[in-house]
Amino acid sequence: MRTAKGFLLPLVLLLLWEIGMRASGLQSDSLAAPSQIAAAFWTALLDGTILRRTGETLRAALTGLAVGGGSALVLSIVLGLVPPAARLMQFSIEVLRPVPAVALIPVAILTLGFGYGMEISLVAFATFWPVLIYGQAAIVNIEPQLIDLARVLRLNTFGRVTKIVLPATLPRYFVAFRLATAVSLIVAVTVEIAANPLGIGHELMTAAQSLHPDLMFALVLWIGLVGWGLNGLLLFAQRRLFGAAGASVGVPQ
Amino acid sequence: MTLNARIWWTAGSIAVTAMLVAAWQLVATYGNIPPVFLPGPDRAWSALVHGFSGGDLSMLTLATVKRMVYGWALASLAGIVLGAIIGSSRIAREYVAPMLEMVRPVPVSAFMPVVIAFLGLTGNMVLIVIAIGSVWPVLLATVHGVSSVEPRLVEVSRCLRLGRLQTLWKIALPNAQPDILAGMRIGLTVSLILAVIGEMLTSENGLGYKILTSARAFQSADVFAGVILLGLIGLVSNLALQEIERYMLRWKRR
Repeated sequence: MRTAKGFLLPLVLLLLWEIGMRASGLQSDSLAAPSQIAAAFWTALLDGTILRRTGETLRAALTGLAVGGGSALVLSIVLGLVPPAARLMQFSIEVLRPVPAVALIPVAILTLGFGYGMEISLVAFATFWPVLIYGQAAIVNIEPQLIDLARVLRLNTFGRVTKIVLPATLPRYFVAFRLATAVSLIVAVTVEIAANPLGIGHELMTAAQSLHPDLMFALVLWIGLVGWGLNGLLLFAQRRLFGAAGASVGVPQ
Repeated sequence: MTLNARIWWTAGSIAVTAMLVAAWQLVATYGNIPPVFLPGPDRAWSALVHGFSGGDLSMLTLATVKRMVYGWALASLAGIVLGAIIGSSRIAREYVAPMLEMVRPVPVSAFMPVVIAFLGLTGNMVLIVIAIGSVWPVLLATVHGVSSVEPRLVEVSRCLRLGRLQTLWKIALPNAQPDILAGMRIGLTVSLILAVIGEMLTSENGLGYKILTSARAFQSADVFAGVILLGLIGLVSNLALQEIERYMLRWKRR
């Protein structure tokens, strides 16, 4: 019942939109009726454009996430286990973190040119910070008794990381990577819209500039669906894998 | 940790940053990287000084900051008002809030081509995109804050026979204040990002446009100067909002 109520308003709006477009007989370069949008979406889906372009975007986003999130994972463990190092790096992190990834687009164009390389490095830069910050918070929050246990068992550093730290922080890292996945998709699409001739963002820009509002709206909708689906998938996995442990993760400042 | 020790650690971490900058300088000077790709900090600094003393850098910085702040203020106002309306009414929450959740995962930059199609490549378009983009964190935080009032406080307001507006003003909005401020901080970050992209796409004057044209002209020192300024804008605005947040929420700490 609750979900039905939620769908009511969008459906009514869509209907009004459709009726309004038909009744006024409006021919527009910037607006299309929902039925036209659906038709454009169907065509683009059938001829493979959407899937190919989505593949390009996801490839860049996920590779960037692996690079950026992966290196942040390693660094956060090092900084978490060696507090003096964390204190010494603090200022550098605070200074670098607020640089907007999109501000680095021109730098990336200059050094790497257009293509996957620049997009991947920008996504890597953007996803690095959330994973680092969440990771550090995760390690600080490890149950102190577990650390004592590691000491009692005389685990070496490697054993401590693989047997105590990683299992204890896994739910938090999963949440960090889930949020970073959303960031990676946003940055990838943004880079494509702003500059890079690749992926779904570029397809969207082309549709808008060649005055195809039906395809344009279809692609905006599709990008939202991809983000929503990716997040839903990871959320499902998180509940399945970690249950309550993942749900209790707060947002570190 | 004693105050003294904290000062030493801070000094140490600043020294590490200085060492990183020095390493950047060494790589730029002695490394085998063409200066077109990597200007050293010395050249970025002189580009900054040059841009501020004789060039248009202060004007461009001001343009970007203005755009960011105006769009953000517009978004915050709209977000708080709409969020208060939706959050305080059960009907609106059930019918409208799910739609907001559906729109949220769309990356904001994806709205940009749509708004361009309607408004063209103008400064107004950038402002509106900034407002649309940074309204979400504030709006959703306000809905959440206003609707999650402690049940006992709701009973108190009923005992006092407060009207809906009074309940909203005296109980729900103060209750939502931490959420709203946190949402506004995220919104400010989003608005800086959108200001930069908007300027890149529309060639409106500002730092975003400046660094893109500098990159096209292979003036890497100017690009880095612009990036440093944008980082500073992000850093300073975030710190300022953190202070405001601390000041406005001082009643919560007691």
